Amino acid sequence: MSTDSAAPDVDTEGGATVEEQLEELREELAEVKAEVAPDQKKMTIISTKGTLDMAYPPLILASTAAAFGWDVTVFHTFWGLDILHKEKTKGLKLSAVGNPSLPMPNLLAAIPGMDAMATRMMKSKIKKNQTATIQELIDVCLESGVELQACQMTQDLMDYDEDDFIEGVTTGVGAATAIDHMAEADIQLLV
Amino acid sequence: MGTDYAITETLDVKGESCPMPVVKAKKAFDGLVEGDVLEVLATDPGAFPDFEAWANRIEAVEILDQIERQNGETVYVNVVRKGADE
Repeated sequence: MSTDSAAPDVDTEGGATVEEQLEELREELAEVKAEVAPDQKKMTIISTKGTLDMAYPPLILASTAAAFGWDVTVFHTFWGLDILHKEKTKGLKLSAVGNPSLPMPNLLAAIPGMDAMATRMMKSKIKKNQTATIQELIDVCLESGVELQACQMTQDLMDYDEDDFIEGVTTGVGAATAIDHMAEADIQLLV
Repeated sequence: MGTDYAITETLDVKGESCPMPVVKAKKAFDGLVEGDVLEVLATDPGAFPDFEAWANRIEAVEILDQIERQNGETVYVNVVRKGADE
């Protein structure tokens, strides 16, 4: 870009015009990007489930990938939104029905209170084993730079407001944003 | 694997399970400089393979030693050195 005649006559230190300085910064930015980008792996997870058991895998993988120095995005949609919801995240439940790993037949599992019981059992095991809680994992993710996103369409569908989400969560994004991240990612997972 | 290293910092994650040992080790690592040695004490039996995988993916993480200690409970000690930044 030629700068000597057409550029506005705004002199700064050293005689460089604003335009020259801008060009210089652009070049520097491109260099920095080229230096950082090729090596950094990327992972995108689509998190769709809001039960206690299904809330874990995306957050565990995301926090671990962040510890690997990766660029990580978790896109939350449908019941996955509950993981990021200030109130709902505290009450994520285990479903007793249709869970063949629980030692009770479906007929009994359908009795009111069984989900709550299964959830209590799971939570007490989590505590006993010193497994990280969902809240701890969300904190670790946000601290380590994981991008936690809430899908706009399902946010509207569920009547959630952007203020309902934990601070640090990116709201108001859609499928195009998710696709854009997935296209660049080395690992894409749907949970 | 030799034992000729000086430990700069010890991180105790005994009792904690996946993914915390690696996540906390990374956090501790960020506070260290090149050449520093971090010792991580874990009771998670997955700590050895997980630290190997972590070191395998990050150039600046080098495993110097993996020691199993019996102290009433089994403690898996990972000794990692911080190399040059990727």
